Amino acid sequence: MSSQDTDVLRASFDLGFTYTRSTGPVIGQFLTSLRNRKIQGIKGSNGRVICPPTEYDPQTAEELTEMVDLAETGTVTAWSWVVEPRPKHHLDKPFAWALIQIDGADTAMLHMVDAGSEENMKTGMKVKVRWAEETTGFMTDIACFEPA
Amino acid sequence: MSEDTNDFVEIMESPIVLGYNFSAGHATSRFLREIKKGNLYGQRSSVTGKVIVPPRGSDPETGTATHEEVKLAETGTVISFTIVHIPIPNNPIQPPYIIANIVLDGSDQTFIHLVSECENDQITQGTRLEAVWKDESEWDYTFENVKYFRPIDEPVVDIDKLKAERLAEAEAWVKANGGDK
Repeated sequence: MSSQDTDVLRASFDLGFTYTRSTGPVIGQFLTSLRNRKIQGIKGSNGRVICPPTEYDPQTAEELTEMVDLAETGTVTAWSWVVEPRPKHHLDKPFAWALIQIDGADTAMLHMVDAGSEENMKTGMKVKVRWAEETTGFMTDIACFEPA
Repeated sequence: MSEDTNDFVEIMESPIVLGYNFSAGHATSRFLREIKKGNLYGQRSSVTGKVIVPPRGSDPETGTATHEEVKLAETGTVISFTIVHIPIPNNPIQPPYIIANIVLDGSDQTFIHLVSECENDQITQGTRLEAVWKDESEWDYTFENVKYFRPIDEPVVDIDKLKAERLAEAEAWVKANGGDK
């Protein structure tokens, strides 16, 4: 057996699932609003505003319907700095994954903050939306957030 | 720029694609090198005497390493099958088509492959098949060198009888060869 015969064969292999999801009445409304460059939340059963909105109240499981317009600004409640973005990340430079509580909401949502460097990140910092050049009705209509 | 439209977003694409670097391991690499040359090989478990194809380098029953290469026939038997009616994205094969669990003559483990050159209702458990290879110029390190299996003009095999025969043969091999414990 030649040395070539003992080498282990390797190959790249993509496992893909081509999911198409129906959005439902609440996420559909949220995405429709994003396409129009507006962030919306939903009023929970105890008056709290949930953003991104959920179809059912996280505490009571009550069906929720009352959408609320929110600001384009928010507060970072937690964050993690990405030193080397991976190929599938939406930013090709270091950025922060952050939980952002949109002004007017009582919950935080996960998104990216393009802050330039880690020193510019701080829990409690104010951020504002940077909209995508073209909006399509998808979460990435918010390109990212940036320091306000 | 998007229009300020009120068309409700009802559908959202959310594909998940996982990029792997797949390492075949030594046993499967040997299998793939042979299949590139047009040969089908399995590996025999020295504990149970059963022949495993495609070989993974170990016996699935006992976890012991398998070393003995066994050249296999290009004929085999349908153990189970399904007729696929739903198109799979990026799959060029048009439904309905048959996917079968096939055991090659001289082996004790099934693998999944296409069955073609037949009417779909012609296939039953126990149908005898032979491998149809692609043109040699297209052979690569893949089981897809076998384009599909097609029925051959032999009587349908009784699956339970086949299982019993194979088991007896494996036991005879263990008896004759000592069999590692």
